[in-house]
Formats: sequence, structure tokens, C-alpha cells
Amino acid sequence: MVDGITNILVVGIGGQGIMTAAEMLARTALNQGCDVKKTEVAGMAQRGGVVSSHVRFGPKVYSPQIDAGEADLLIGFEAAEALRWLPWLRPTGVAMVNTLRIAPPVVSAGLYDYPADPIGALTASGIEVHAFDAGAIADALGNPKLVNTIMLGAISDHLPFPADVLKKCIVEGFRAYKPELAQINAQAFDAGRQAGHA
Amino acid sequence: MNAVVHAKATSRHLLSGNEAVARAAWEAGVRVAAAYPGTPATEILENIALYPDIYSEWSVNEKVSVEVAIGASLAGSRALAAMKHVGMNVASDAFMTQSLAGVAGGLVIVVADDVGLSSSQNEQDSRYWGRFGHLPILEPADSQEAYIMVKQAFDLSEEYEVPVIVRMTTRVCHVKAMVELTGERIERRAAGFQKNPQRWVMTPANAKPRLPLMHERDRTLRKVSEASDLNETLKGSDRRIGFVTSGPAFMHVRETFPNAPILKLGFSYPTPLDKIRAFAGTVDTLVVVEETEPLLETEIRAAGVAVQGKDLLPRFGELAPNVLRPAIKPLLGEPYAVPSRPQTDLFPRPPTMCASCPHLGPYFALSHIRNLNIIGDIGCYTLGAGHPWNALDTCICMGASLSMAHGMDKGRGESDEKKHIVAVIGDSTFLHMGMQGLLNMIYNRGNVTVLLLDNRSVGMTGGQENPGTGENLHGLPAPRVDFAKLAEALGVRPERIRMVDPYELPTMVKLVREETKMEEPSVIITNRPCSLTDRFERFKSYAVIDDQCTGCGNCIDLGCPAIFVARRETVTAKNGKSKELVFARIDANACTGCHMCVETCAPNAIVQPKIPDRVIRIHPHG
Repeated sequence: MVDGITNILVVGIGGQGIMTAAEMLARTALNQGCDVKKTEVAGMAQRGGVVSSHVRFGPKVYSPQIDAGEADLLIGFEAAEALRWLPWLRPTGVAMVNTLRIAPPVVSAGLYDYPADPIGALTASGIEVHAFDAGAIADALGNPKLVNTIMLGAISDHLPFPADVLKKCIVEGFRAYKPELAQINAQAFDAGRQAGHA
Repeated sequence: MNAVVHAKATSRHLLSGNEAVARAAWEAGVRVAAAYPGTPATEILENIALYPDIYSEWSVNEKVSVEVAIGASLAGSRALAAMKHVGMNVASDAFMTQSLAGVAGGLVIVVADDVGLSSSQNEQDSRYWGRFGHLPILEPADSQEAYIMVKQAFDLSEEYEVPVIVRMTTRVCHVKAMVELTGERIERRAAGFQKNPQRWVMTPANAKPRLPLMHERDRTLRKVSEASDLNETLKGSDRRIGFVTSGPAFMHVRETFPNAPILKLGFSYPTPLDKIRAFAGTVDTLVVVEETEPLLETEIRAAGVAVQGKDLLPRFGELAPNVLRPAIKPLLGEPYAVPSRPQTDLFPRPPTMCASCPHLGPYFALSHIRNLNIIGDIGCYTLGAGHPWNALDTCICMGASLSMAHGMDKGRGESDEKKHIVAVIGDSTFLHMGMQGLLNMIYNRGNVTVLLLDNRSVGMTGGQENPGTGENLHGLPAPRVDFAKLAEALGVRPERIRMVDPYELPTMVKLVREETKMEEPSVIITNRPCSLTDRFERFKSYAVIDDQCTGCGNCIDLGCPAIFVARRETVTAKNGKSKELVFARIDANACTGCHMCVETCAPNAIVQPKIPDRVIRIHPHG
């Protein structure tokens, strides 16, 4: 059993697999005997919108929402989105960020600017930031969809339970429904775990 | 696959509120379930569909779904209808009178309010319907409670022969939380329809004697609610403020004020006023925290109990800890400073239409034709009001486009004399409540150009089936409505019914131009499936030949998210004026090869690179 409440915020853009990643964290916590709540703020997210998934677990969880300044961990699947949600992180929190940049049509059309250096802005805030190109690792492993597992591997050493518990939950999930992907996801998890220490 | 469908009692699962409702319905022995898709309730029926013991269907609208459930109840089966809050408005005609007659088999209406307004046109409080229709209301606060309360709702419904409302909110429907399953299905045979015209035929003569019975039922149900263990008192140690609360607001109160006494109302209507009065006597100040309208608060105050609530708290939106803290802490003499957040002045990400969305063609056409008033409806195509199309002028509710357009035509002002009136509606919305508007317009000799965007699915909620799909809720073949024949049957002249491939932009633009000039109603029907469903076929992606792109920006005007601006350049045109050029590129991963943009490119810079042909099927749920 895990002591106290752990608050994890997973953020990115509709279609990136944010909700799946959050679900893996929630399931793992449930398997560890925790009470768990997971909630999304995803208004019409399938169509390019911002997605944030809140995962809270511990002995007993009431409200599903993480308040500003209360997240222990921030997993950003896209650089500007990590910056957008930075105020939700505690000063002692950790941000794990994919350096991918996705500009929406309103930026492409010249109505807004994409920040020049989102990772730099995150680091300048004084919090612990780990940033790496998860897409490049996924491509090297031969499947762009592995970004999800790579990001989970990257955060795994910051959880209140051993990294292998999360890895086992992910790999067993694949073994049950898509066994052909179990091995490559185990590899992706390890590669992410290594990258997360950079 | 969903593991919970086969799960045994006493196992623990991570379930959304909607999944928990489905499991509870199965355990409760429900035999018939019906719904029309609507966020955040859609997944209730999608999950019920996984249980083969239950007959389940997508009904064409919420009123129909409730009537199907009422029919099943009269046949003696337990039945459930599920809908989003605005669906209740549509369904209300049925249950407002069935409340008088009552029910035979247990009948539960699960309604999901979009508190916080994340994917709806308004934020209404469905608890009013309980008061309006004399129906009891249960309000779960999370998945575990949704599971428990739906089962209790069926028992309650059968015991008191009354339809029961289970009121969910987005924060219950879509939160995944731990649920401990305590039972498995209890099979209940349908008792059979007991003919009894005085009970079931609601003529004035038969309805009148039911009125006192309905009011008597209210009094009985209030006693049940007073005694119900769903209305639970948490004693707490800090008695300065005691909270009366219901639904997910309870979770926020408990999170924010862990030591406060709380009277949590799970069976919130009829309001257990005696219990509330007794609770009020044990605390210094009574505060009601309810989402969203002050219904409990008003009733408590009317009962002569001093109470605070909406004088402190907002009347809309979620009452999450970040709202409760600044509102309530000062009452405790604990001034609360809102934590200063560093400013993140970032671009927004408004929702957009998808790459190769079949709505892009019609909106390209509408945005290039002047003098139109474009009356919209509920669906993905409402996004046409946004950038870069700016080609939608109204949106209120399901099916309103045709009737409002007709009214705008008849009530034309001088400034609109030269305007053409266009109604834009999707296939599912047309079948839900739009057909009547078309019939009305034809019958009354109106003149509106109707764009019927048939993408063969309920797109906005995730591509669910409808009578225009050719499949049912279970993905099985079903009769497919013929929209052209339907329009003709409603009275549109065959010459004015135009079928068009929305990817053929020049034809699309030409047809809209032609039909809006006609002095009679016409219906233009598009024929490409939603690009997020498995009915859509994906082809080889396109690319821009950089050297040939002249920077005209026509392809950008299409609004396809696969096309982006690679660079901008300001040049001086022949007339001496400066002009901005935008050079486009195509994201090969996002492009599906629909070829719509090819038509916008005069210099033929958009081509399919020579790579082997491949056709990829898109699976929405995979």
C-alpha cells in the first residue's frame, strides 16, 4: 500500500494516447491495493483539442481533480502542452516531457505563435525537468505508437512503487489483448526508462 | 473486449461511471435498454450492448428511447433509457405523463448533466425534472455509487411503480474509479402486459383520478428518502460549518473540508427535510453545495431552516476544490489567497475538423459564396462557425436548423432581402428531429437550401450507428434509410434533390451556388463517410512540390489539419500593393489521400509521391 495521495497529470493533444497512458498508471495503482480515480478534461478532444488526464491514488481518494500546484508528476506528450500545465505542478514536482512540437491550425494560420523554447521555459521555472525525443526512440524501435509506453517507462522511477510493477501491468495488458506487441512494448518501456534519466 | 462483462461478484475493477451503470443494469435484470448518443452519456449504451442478456438499441432520439423503455416496462420487463441533459428536454413529453400512469417493470432514466459544459450547448440542471415530473432522483458521486444506486433505483421503481431518475454528471460518467462488484445477474422474466385502460390510457377521464395518487406517491417517497441509507451523515469534528451536498460535489467537499460534518444526499428528491433539519441543529452554519442550481437550498430555506449556498458559490460550473476553498474558507475566518500562477500565455487549441473530413468540402463552398445566412445544427459541422470557414451563423438544438431557417426566410428583414437562407444538418440530427422541419417547410411553401451532410454516423460522439448507417448498435446489418427518397416523400421536387461527392470541390461549390439561387426548397446531400470510422477508406497521402507552390493559400482555406503553413513571404504585387504569400506543406502522417485539396491548387503542386499503393482501414476503437 502506498502512503499519502499521489497526483499525476498526463497532458497532450487528442489522439496521442493520453487517456491510455493514464489508464495504465491507474490500473497499476489499483493492483497495488490503492484507491484510484482518473479523470479527463477533454472537450471534443478527438478533434485536435487539449487533453489532460488526472490520476490520483492512495489509501482513499475523494475528488478526482488535481488542483493547480498539487501535481507530483507531470507527463507531457507535447512540449507546449507541458508548459501550459506547468502551474499544476508542485515546486517539488517532476516534469517528464516529450520534445515533440505540434502547432495547431491557428498557429499555422499565423493567428498565434508557438513558443520558441518551451523546454527552456519549463527549466527556467526551477522545477525538475527531463526532456527527450520520445518519437525518435519509437521510430528506432519501428512503431510510432510506442511513444506512450516510452513515456511511461520514463516516469517509472518517480512513482511510489517499483518501476517493474508498471512495466508488468503494461506488458501483461498487451499479452492479453495484442500478444504480438508485448515484447516490443517491454523494450520501449526500458528505452524510455533510460531516456528519462537524461 | 471489456473484462467487467464477465467479472464475478466480489472482484474490484477500474470502471467509469458509465461502465458501472451498464454492469448494474445487467445485474438488476434489465431486459431492454435504449438511448440516443450524447456526451457524456454515450458509453452507457455502448457498454450495455456488450451484455448479450439485454436487448439494446440506438433509438432515433431520446423521446423514442424513453417510449421504448416505457413499452418494455408495461410488458413487465425492467428497462433503462440513458441520455445527456438536453436529451431530457426531448424525452420529457413521454415521461411527464407516464409519471401519472406509473410503471410495471422497473423503469430507470439515467440522465447525464454536462456540468462544466465541456461538450454541450447549455448547462442545465436535470434535477428540475424530478420536481416537475414527480419522479424520485438518485445522485451518485462516483462509479461505485452509480453501480449501487442504479440497482436500488430499479427496486425503488418497481416497489412504488414510478420511473426513477438517476442523475449523473460528466464528472461521474467519465471518471474511472474503483468499483467493487457485489453481485451477478438476477434474471427476471417479463410479467406480461396487464391490460388496464383506466391505468394506461391517459385520457382526461383516466388521468384525473391519477393526480391525487401521484401526489400521495410523492408523500410516500419523501418518507422513503427520509429513511434511506443513501442519505448519510458523516459526523466530522469541526462543527462550525455543516454541508448538505449531493453528487460529485460531495467528493469535492470531503476533499476540501475533511473534518466537516456532511449530510450527503444520494436520494436527493423528494428532499429529506426532516433529516436536514435535524442535521442543521448539530452545526453552527449550514451550507448547501449542489451542482448547479439552488434546488435543495431553496427547499431547505422554504422549510424554515437557515442555510447558505449560492450566496457563496457560483450557480454554474463544477464546484471543485479550487472553487470551494476561496468561497468557504473566509466563512471560517481563514482568509484564503488564491495561489498565484505563473502566466502561461499560450496559443489555444480549438477543436478542428479532421483531415479529409467530408464536411470540409461543403464549408469550403459556403465560405466562398456571398450573401448567405447559414443556419446550423448540432454536430461536428457546428465547427464550421470557426476558423477558417466562419460559415455558420446559428446553433441551438437538435434539428433546429431547418425550422429556424424557414422562420428566417418568412421573417426576412430589409437588410436580408438579397440573402439566401441555408440550413446545414447532419444525417443523424436530421433523423433525430430534422425531418419534421423539412416537412414543415415544404408544407408551408418555404424557400431554404438544405445541406444534408450525410457521413453515415453520429460523428461528434464517436461515430455511432444510426438508421442512415446500414448497421445497428451491435454492428449488425440494418436497413439503411434513403435520404433522397425520404426528401422526395416529404415533398421536395426530385429536380431539387442533388447528390454530391463533397470531395469534388468544383461540383460542390457549383451546386451550392445553383441551389441557393432557386426560388424553392432544395436538398443537397453529401455522400462520404466520417473519416474517423471504419466506413472510411484511407489512401496514399499527398505532398506539396515546394518549387511549384506559388503561395496562394487556397488549400489552407480548406481548413484541413493535414495542411500547414511552411513559410510566409511578403511580396509586392504588380499593382504596387504588398501581398502575403503562404507556402503550404502536407503532413504525410495525417493526410489520408482524399484529394480534396488537389482541386484548390491551380499550379498542380499537390501530388501523390510515387510510393507503392496501400489502403489502410481506420478503426475508431482499435
